[in-house]
Order: sequence, then structure tokens, then C-alpha cells
Amino acid sequence: MAALSLIVRLFRGAAKIQRKRMILTVTAIAWGTVAIILLLSFGEGLKRSLAAGRRGLGENIVIIWMGETEKAYAGLPAGRPIRLVPEDVDLVLAGVPEIASAAGEMHNWNVQLVNGRTALNKRVVGVHPAYEELRTTYPRAGGRYIDELDQKLKRRVVFLGDELAKALFGAGDPVGQTLLVADTPFTVIGVLQKKKQMGMYGGPDADRATIPLSTFEAMFGRRTLSNLVYQPTRNALAPVAKRHLMEVLGAKYRFDPADTRALQFWDTIRDAKMMNAIMIGLEAFLGGIGALTLIIGGVGVANIMFATVTHRTREIGVQMALGARRLYITGSIVLESLALTFAGGVAGIGVGVAIVQVLAAVQAHAKSEAMEILGTPTISLPIAVATVTLLGLIGMLAGYFPARRAVSIQPAEALRFE
Amino acid sequence: MFGNGTNGKNGKDKPNGAADGAIIALAGVRKVYDTGAVKVEALRKVDLAIKRNEFVAIVGPSGSGKSTLMNIIGCLDTATEGSYCLRGEEVAGMSIDRLADIRNRRIGFVFQNFNLLPQLTAYENVEMPLLFKGAPARERRERVETLLGEVGLADRMQHRPVELSGGQMQRVAIARALACEPDIILADEPTGNLDSAAGGDIIGKFEELWAKGHTLVLITHDAAIARRTRRVVRVQDGAVVSDEAVA
Ligand SMILES: Nc1ncnc2c1ncn2[C@@H]1O[C@H](COP(=O)(O)OP(=O)(O)O)[C@@H](O)[C@H]1O
Ligand SMILES: [Mg+2]
Repeated sequence: MAALSLIVRLFRGAAKIQRKRMILTVTAIAWGTVAIILLLSFGEGLKRSLAAGRRGLGENIVIIWMGETEKAYAGLPAGRPIRLVPEDVDLVLAGVPEIASAAGEMHNWNVQLVNGRTALNKRVVGVHPAYEELRTTYPRAGGRYIDELDQKLKRRVVFLGDELAKALFGAGDPVGQTLLVADTPFTVIGVLQKKKQMGMYGGPDADRATIPLSTFEAMFGRRTLSNLVYQPTRNALAPVAKRHLMEVLGAKYRFDPADTRALQFWDTIRDAKMMNAIMIGLEAFLGGIGALTLIIGGVGVANIMFATVTHRTREIGVQMALGARRLYITGSIVLESLALTFAGGVAGIGVGVAIVQVLAAVQAHAKSEAMEILGTPTISLPIAVATVTLLGLIGMLAGYFPARRAVSIQPAEALRFE
Repeated sequence: MFGNGTNGKNGKDKPNGAADGAIIALAGVRKVYDTGAVKVEALRKVDLAIKRNEFVAIVGPSGSGKSTLMNIIGCLDTATEGSYCLRGEEVAGMSIDRLADIRNRRIGFVFQNFNLLPQLTAYENVEMPLLFKGAPARERRERVETLLGEVGLADRMQHRPVELSGGQMQRVAIARALACEPDIILADEPTGNLDSAAGGDIIGKFEELWAKGHTLVLITHDAAIARRTRRVVRVQDGAVVSDEAVA
């Protein structure tokens, strides 16, 4: 402790002489810190925004489109269309143990919806109740989603996308109100909780009306599914689930399970994996740029430490003559270097956090699509830890090399230094 | 007159004719400064033995190698060749920290230019060796106050070197040299930057220390000062040319 006060006193003496350079160096470190914090928190914001957008489509799901066989199979020619029906959902659930949940959906993209004097032509989809969880189409408070009873009784109930609800009913709560769907009165049972949705097919969930699949079939006289959505029990089992599903459906519709055109798959699990890899790459890139800026600041610190060590050679010589050990000499220099680095670091973190907060506030108000995708810059704990660790590392190294030089010379030589 | 006794602690044979019982024993010491282009042989084959409680003056013309010799004795530099035993122990090959500890506890230095740290007060300068020794705060305070009192600077403890006269600065340096109670005091022209009154005062101080049992090695080119010691070693061109007791 007492030794520390000696170090501080000597450091203050040196700081007086080198004030200008020290300020410059501290500024460089601060700037590097700001850069790394901004870059990483933008990366983090983007990552979270993309993750939220993905969640808007549904997590770890696979979406099937109907296709046409490409291979002749069991005496049947190629080019046969494969059309799944609602019962296939039960078939798949029963026959593929690796599938945890599945739902069918049918789309009618141009249906008249009328509420009083407001009439709109919008997409109406019929779905199984499991669709809610699979596609994260959760109702906001005060409403509910389509359930098994609705499906069983072919009820005339409708679940509205939040934007569609606004367009039809204005600011008021539509739940419990009646809506004419293709001239048939339906009761509104729920409105979609606002969500960010990046991946989509058949338009955004916010802008569609959803009714029970059974009701849809009866109303529009349809049998074939537009899509079948399912979720494997575990992500790792996705390929097995797909193979088994192809076998089960291939047996029923008599197509080759290896026929890649019979049904078409959108595997969001694989997409997510790829996106993660891209994000990690992007974060490494942004972090690398930030780190580089910081390292340049660190070179400045090392430089100034070399200068002060040279300047104070004699002082170090005196201390060595009086019995200062190696650790004391190197420790004092490394401590000084850390002090400089962290002075810049603290300033940089302060400025960085302030900028991030201002940007977040600005973004909360300004609504632009680009900004929405970019997300809100966010400082996460790992970012803070990484920044502080990097600062510490730079401070240590920037002090270590000058310190090593300082202790490498004989005290006699140091004392002769002018 | 040559110190008071034979206390070869472990009675081991000293190499190369170093006198038995010597606290400082150099044998065949060479020092070559390699400044890249030229090599300067500052010491050539120096043999020198100093016993406990001797008071030795090293004299010789400028550039003859006196400081080089003192640096080696003080473990501030290493010999290029030859052997140096301090209290019977070979110094060559000791670790940097071991040498630091020896300088801290066994040797006190007094330099011509004082080598006080200008940022620190007299008190803090004297405290430094005690800090390096790891002495507790109480011991440090008592020791520093006693030492500065003994050199007559009790009222100057909080002064910085610039606020002191040359003689006062050198007294601070002596107090600092004594901080960890070393048995050897090495002084390289300690009066060189002082007027004769202050210089005489400092030599008086050294005589007191000698009387208390310290071993003193004093570099000087002042014949009057050399006469106040008990043994004069004359160095010329990096070699000892004479070594005699003061009458
Ligand atoms: N660090 C050094 N590098 C090169 N030459 C040196 C160094 N120190 C001393 N010398 C040379 O060694 C010789 C002896 O120097 P020194 O021991 O300082 O003599 P003195 O103290 O007797 O005046 C001189 O020629 C001096 O120039
Ligand atoms: Mg000299």
C-alpha cells in the first residue's frame, strides 16, 4: 500500500512533464473504447432484431409447400402433383415420432371483410389450433386464438392480425364484435400481439384474418392444404423427421421418399443456423475493427510508457540502487500503463454508453424500416466484459514491454543516464 | 588499524588470494565497457580485499576506473571477468532480486550528485529503502525520523531536495543510505559537489559511522579527505597501483 503511494507520487511527477502526450494517449484509448462499444452494441442490436424477426415467423419450424413428383415411382409417371389434405397432419403426427407438433393451413388471398362501412379485401387463412405456437401468432390481452372446440364445431370465429384489426375497427377493441367474412358473420375472438416478423410467406401475420381450418374448408369448399407447418422434437432431429415424414407421406401418395420435388421444404432451423454463423462472423468483424482501434490506442500507451521509462531511467536506477526488486519496477510501470488505459477506457465507456442510449431513444421515436431491421444498439454484459478485458490486456502489454526494458539494464548504467 | 578482527564467518577459503575474513573480496576483476565501436577496459585484474569496519579511500585520476570499481563492489554492475565475494559469497550468478536485496540491506550508497528523487520530500526519500524492504509503517516512521534527526534535519523532513542546500541534500542521502542498517557504506565522491565546510561536515559524519562499526569505502580525489581515512587504495588506468595504511 505504501509502495503504491510512492508509485502514485512518482507517476504524478512524470505526468506533469508528459501532460500533453498523456492527454492525447488517453483520448486515443477513449476513442478506441467508444468505437468498440458502438460497433459491438450495433452488432448486438442487429442480432437481437434479427432473432426477434425470426421468432416472428416461428422458431425451429419447417414449412412445407405442395409440389410435383420429379421421379417415376411404383409404375406411376413423374410430374404428378402431390396435394396434402388436413388429415395428413394427424397422419404425420402419428407416423413420425420426431415431429412434436404440426398444423395445416389454407389460404384465400382475396376475401371481403366488412365491418359496418369499412370493407377490405384481405387474405383469410384457415389453420389448425397448433398454428398459434408454431407460428408465434399469440393473441394480445383480452383475446384468444382459435382452439380445438372452434375447429371441431366449425365455429365462425375469426382472429385478426393487429394491423388488419386497426384498419377494420380503428382504435377500439374488436374482440366480441361481429365481422362479415365473405358475407358470413364471424365473431372476432382475438387480435395478434404486435410482433416483429422478418421471414414470411403469404403476407405478414399482422395483415390477415385467421379462422378454423374446418370452417375454412366448409366455407370455401377446399380440401388441399396450402402449407403444412411442423416442429421437430429437437433441432438435431430435423433431418430424421423430414426423412420419416417423406416416407409416411410417400407411402400414402405413392412417391419416392427421395423425390425432392414432391414436396418443398423451408427449413427455418437450417436458416437460423446459417444466420447465427453469419452473425458470429459479423460480430467478430465488428469486434475486430473495434479492437484494432483500441490496439492503436494501446500502441500510443506503450509509446508513452517507453518515453517515460526512458525519461525516468535515472529515477529507476536510484530505486534499483536502493533495493527495489524487479516486480516493483515492472509492477509500477504496468500499473501506470493500466491507469492510463483505464482512464481512457472509463471515459470511452461513459461516452459510448451515452451515445448508445441517445441512439436507442432516437430510434424509439423515429420509425423507419431500415432502423427497425438495424435494431436498437444494445450493450450486453459480454460486450462490457470483452471491452474491459481488452483494455486490461492492452494496458498490461503496453506497460510490460517498456517495463522489461527498464529492468534489463544494470543499475549503474541507469544511474549514469542523463 | 586494519579493522578490528577476523570474523571470516564461515572460514571458507576465498578464491584467488582474497584475504581471509574480508567482507569485500575482489580477485582478478576485469571490466570492459562495450560501447559498440570501442571497447573500454575500465578495470584490469583488480585484486582488493576489505575487512569489516575498515575505512578505505579509493583515489586516482579521473577516468582511472574508481566509479567502475565502486559499482562492482556495490552490486550496481557486474564484472566482465574475475571473482567478487561479498561476505564470503560469490556475487556472479546471483539473481537480479537477490542483488536488489543485497543493495537494500547490506550496502548504503552516497553519490556525488546525491541522487535524491526531486518529487519526494526528504522524509520520503529516506523512507524508500524501507519500503523496498517491506518494513511496516510504524518502523518506517520511527526509523526515518531517527535518521533525519541524527543528520540534523529533523526540521527539514517535509522539504523537497530543491529546498535544501547541497550539504543538507548529502545528509539526506546519508540518512537514506543508513535506512536499512547496512554494514557497508559506499560513497562516490560524496563531497565533490559541496563547498569545503559542507564537505568536511560530511566526512565528519563518515568518521562517526566508522566509529560505530560500519565499513566505509570512499572515492575521492581530495588528498586531505583521503588522509582522514585509514587506508588509501590508489587506482590508475584500471589497476590498483598502491594500497597503504594511513600513517
Ligand atoms: N558505462 C560506460 N560505458 C562506456 N565507458 C565507460 C562507462 N563507464 C565508464 N566508462 C569508461 O571507463 C573508464 C573508467 O571510468 P570511471 O570508472 O567512471 O572512472 P573514474 O570514476 O575513476 O573517473 C573511463 O574511461 C570511462 O570513460
Ligand atoms: Mg567517477
